[in-house]
Amino acid sequence: MKVEIRYFASIREAVGVAAESVETKADTLAALRDELIALDAPHARALARGRALRMALNQVMCRESVSLQEGAEVAFFPPVTGG
Amino acid sequence: MSAASSATARVRIQAQDFDLSAEVAALRCGHAGIGAVCSFIGTVRDRHAATQGVAAVEPVLAMELEHYPGMTEKAIEAMIDEALQRFDIFDVRVIHRIGLLQPMDQIVLVAVASKHRGESFAACEFLMDYLKTQAPFWKKEQTQKGAHWVDARVADDVALARWGISVSNL
Repeated sequence: MKVEIRYFASIREAVGVAAESVETKADTLAALRDELIALDAPHARALARGRALRMALNQVMCRESVSLQEGAEVAFFPPVTGG
Repeated sequence: MSAASSATARVRIQAQDFDLSAEVAALRCGHAGIGAVCSFIGTVRDRHAATQGVAAVEPVLAMELEHYPGMTEKAIEAMIDEALQRFDIFDVRVIHRIGLLQPMDQIVLVAVASKHRGESFAACEFLMDYLKTQAPFWKKEQTQKGAHWVDARVADDVALARWGISVSNL
């Protein structure tokens, strides 16, 4: 299935793009993260396990264990620092 | 966006500055039942908090604010709905600026109207604590030594936990 991915702040800079559309077999965000880590060095660095990373599915904060659906909008970003 | 819809929207994410008096006037407009308005304004400091990787205090020349268009607005709307459930308040305005800001600039406004002061004080603090760790904004500080992303603070997670919400930002 196809999903849309967005990256923000330091994660965006580390990946090198703000958004990308990917074809995936992943059924959860965790599996998608693993697929992306395996893509290339920038993705591996940006999404590395142990790095402080938050994520959202269809613009709602979520955990990695959440299920993916066709056409989902997934976002990866660092801890937020607004206000 | 028209002036009318802008004045009544509960949440605005914008590059331009805001005027506290005008926002409070719009919040109070026509509500004779309001007896208290509590507002909080966050501003850009000229020095950063001591964070890892940044040794000495280096003056902040500018601050850049990034957000997640669409999600940021939805997240704050949901926080306001939660505040309306928890506290006896009438209405809320939240304005958060994005883009390039200078020291002393206003960053964020939270204003809450209620019958009595206690509820608006509490709701205002609740909303700021919530926004700090759950609204998708990111600050990047520029100093003479370069730019760096601001680190999230454990203290902000602790502040939100006081309200019985434990969703870690770190």
